Amino acid sequence: MYKYDAIDQQIVNERVDQYRDQTNRYLAGELSEDEFRPLRLQNGLYIQRQAPMLRIAVPYGMLSSKQLRKLGEIAKKYDKAYGHFSTRQNLQLNWPKLEDVPEILAELATVEMHAIQTSGNCIRNITTDQFAGVAPDEVIDPRAMAEVMRQWSTFHPEFALLPRKFKIAVSGTEQDRAIVQAHDIGMEFYKDAKGQTAIKVWVGGGLGRTPILGTVIREHLDWQHALTYCEAIIRVYNIHGRRDNAYKARIKILVKALGIEEFKKQVEAEWLHLKDNPNTITEAELARVAKHFDAMPYENLSAHDASFDSAIASNPAFAAWVKRCVHAHKQAGYRAVTLSLKPHGHAPGDITSEQMAVVADLSDAYSFGELRASHEQNLILADVKLSDLLPLWEKARAAGLATPNIGLLTDIICCPGGDFCSLANAKSIPIAEAIQMQFDNLDYLHDIGDLELNISGCMNACGHHHIGHIGILGVDKDGSEWYQVTIGGKQGNDASIGSVIGPSFSAEEMPGVVQRLIEVYIQERTPEERFIDTVRRIGVPPFKAHVYASKEAANV
Amino acid sequence: MSNLIKDNAIVADEWTRVTPPSLGEETVRKQAGKVVLFKLTGEETFTKEQITATEIPVGKVLVPFTVWRANKDALASRVSQGEVGLLIATHEAIEDVIAEVKDINAFALVAVYVERFADGRIFTIGNLLRTRYGFKNELRAVGDVLRDQLFFLKRSGFNSYLIRADRSAVEALESLKDFSQPYQGAVDIEQPAWRRVSR
Repeated sequence: MYKYDAIDQQIVNERVDQYRDQTNRYLAGELSEDEFRPLRLQNGLYIQRQAPMLRIAVPYGMLSSKQLRKLGEIAKKYDKAYGHFSTRQNLQLNWPKLEDVPEILAELATVEMHAIQTSGNCIRNITTDQFAGVAPDEVIDPRAMAEVMRQWSTFHPEFALLPRKFKIAVSGTEQDRAIVQAHDIGMEFYKDAKGQTAIKVWVGGGLGRTPILGTVIREHLDWQHALTYCEAIIRVYNIHGRRDNAYKARIKILVKALGIEEFKKQVEAEWLHLKDNPNTITEAELARVAKHFDAMPYENLSAHDASFDSAIASNPAFAAWVKRCVHAHKQAGYRAVTLSLKPHGHAPGDITSEQMAVVADLSDAYSFGELRASHEQNLILADVKLSDLLPLWEKARAAGLATPNIGLLTDIICCPGGDFCSLANAKSIPIAEAIQMQFDNLDYLHDIGDLELNISGCMNACGHHHIGHIGILGVDKDGSEWYQVTIGGKQGNDASIGSVIGPSFSAEEMPGVVQRLIEVYIQERTPEERFIDTVRRIGVPPFKAHVYASKEAANV
Repeated sequence: MSNLIKDNAIVADEWTRVTPPSLGEETVRKQAGKVVLFKLTGEETFTKEQITATEIPVGKVLVPFTVWRANKDALASRVSQGEVGLLIATHEAIEDVIAEVKDINAFALVAVYVERFADGRIFTIGNLLRTRYGFKNELRAVGDVLRDQLFFLKRSGFNSYLIRADRSAVEALESLKDFSQPYQGAVDIEQPAWRRVSR
C-alpha cells in the first residue's frame, strides 16, 4: 500500500499543528461556533448528541496492520475502546473529547493517518472496491489513481469551501462494487480499443434527500486528464451550485436543473482552459505511486489444497463460513476473506480495540500485514493462502469476527443513527439488532440467500438505504420515530433506487415487516432468483399487499 | 493599525471603499425554512436607485462593479491615473465583469468581496482572474476575511487580504505559512509536488 514520503508526512504534521492552533483559538473564544464549524468538520469532527464524533480517514479503505493497531490503541486511550467503520470506508470514534482531538491527530500522523476532509463541504475520502488489486474481474487496479486523486484533492485551494460535500468513487472492475453511480463523480476505469487505460466519467449521482443515479458525462477520458477534468466539473459546480439552499446544494441538483447536455457543455468549455495544465498526470508519477500497489510476493501455489478440501468436507461450520466470507482471487491458491463486523445483535460496523488488535495480528500472520475496510462496513484480508483459511477462521471465530453472513440479510449496512448522530431522525442500530435477532437461524438465513438490507437514521442516507434491496429510513412524525421501507434498490452496474412500499412503521413492527417481505419472496421465487430478482420481476404490489394485509389484520 | 496584509506584510490601506447607501429595508429571503445566506451567481447586488445615490469621493477609491459601470465615463480619467479599484462580489459572474471592463489590467486593484467566509466562489474567481484573464495587479480579498482561509486565498492568486476588523492581521500572517509543500498545482505554485521535487 502507499507509504508516505517526506512531503506526505510534512503535510499531515503541519495539519496537526494547524488544527491544534485552531482548537486552541476556539477554546479561547477567538473563533465563534460558526467560524470553527467548517474547520472542525474538515477535520472530521462533529458535535453529536452525547459527545463529539471523530471520523478518521481510511483512504480508499486501505489499512496496514500497524495502522489498525494504532486505531485500536487510540480508541482505548481517548474513547470507549471501540470504533465504527462507516459506509465511506472510514473509521469513526463516538466519544472523543474535543480537547483531545489534536493529540489524536498527532498519534494518527505517526502511522501516516489523518482526518483531513472526512466531513465538510469539500472533496471527501475517495472510495473504491474493497477487492482492488485481487479481484479476478478487475481490469485496472484503481488504487494508484485513487492515491493520486487523494493527494490532488487534499487542501485543493480552489475547492476548499464548496456549496456542499463532494464524493468521488473510482472503480476498475467489470462488476462495479464502488457504487460509482451514487457519487458526485464516479470514475470507471477500462481498457479502450487501443488497449489504453481510459475513464468513463459519471456525474451527479448521490443518495441523501434526493436520490439520483449519476449520468455519464464522458464515455472516454484519457487517464492523464483525470484531475483536470475533475477540476472543470467542480469549478462549474463551485460557481453555479445552489448555495442558497443546503438541501439543493449537491451537484446532482445542478446537473438536473441544467440538463446533462448543458452541464456537459459548460464543463467541456471549462476543460478547454484546464486541459494539459501542470496537474495533468504523467506516466512517471502514476508509475511512482503504482509501485506501492505492486502485487504481493505470492507463493507459487496449486489451485487446490488438500487440507482445505478435507476441512470443508468435515466441518460444516467452516464450510458455511467459506461459502459466505471467502472470495475468489486472481492469484492461484489465494483467497480474499471478509471478517464480518455484523455479529447478530450488535451494532453493524462496530469493532472493539481488542478485535482491532486481533485483526492486525491476523493480517500480519496471513495477509502480508494489510487489510481493507469495505463500504458494507466489514474488514477484508485480501491475500490469504487456501491452507491458512482454517486456522484463520478458528482465530477469527474466537474473536467474534466470523459470522457467516456476508451478503446475507443480517450483513446489515447501517449508520450510527439516533443513538449518536445529531442529524438523525430516528435510531438505526436497535432496528438492525432486532432484525438480526429475528433472522438468527443460520439455515434460514442461508436459504433466504443474497440480500442487502440498508438502514439510515435520516434522509442524509449514510446507510445508503436507497440502494438496499430492502431499505429502511428513519423518519420523524410529530416527534416520534417511524420507519419508511423501500424495496428494489441495488448497487452495481445495474444500480437502481428503491421504491417506497407505503406508510411507515413503528420500530416494534420492523422485524415483522422484513419477515413478511421475505415470506413473499420465498413464496414467489424461482429456484435461481435472489430477493432483488424477484422484486424486479413481480414488482412492489405483491410485497406491499402482504405487508399491509397483516398490518390491517393486526389492527382489527 | 491597518488590518491589511499585502505580500506577506502589514501595510497601510490607501483605498477608500465606496458602499452604496441602503435605501429601505432589505428583505430577508428564506429557502426550506432557513434564511438564505448566499446570493446565487448572477444575482443583482444593488438596485438602480442605490447605484444612482452612490457618492464617489476623491482619492483612491474601491468601487463596486455595478457602480463603476454606471459611472464608467466619469471615472475613465481616474482609472487611467490608477485611482480606481474594482470591487467584485462573489456572486457576480466574472465573465460578465470581464466583458464589460475589457482590459482588467487598467485597474490598479481588483478586490473580491466575500460576505461570508464559507463562500468558496472567491477561490475560483481569484483563479480565473489570474489564469484566464491575465490580471497582474493587486488582487485583494475583502469582507469576511479570516486567517483560516488565507492559505487557500494565496494559492488562488490573491496577494492582499483585508482581515475582518475584529481580528488581528498580525496573527493572521502566521496562517499564510500553514503548509510548506502543497500537493497540487494552483495559481501561486503552478507545478504539483511531483513535478517540483523528485519524490
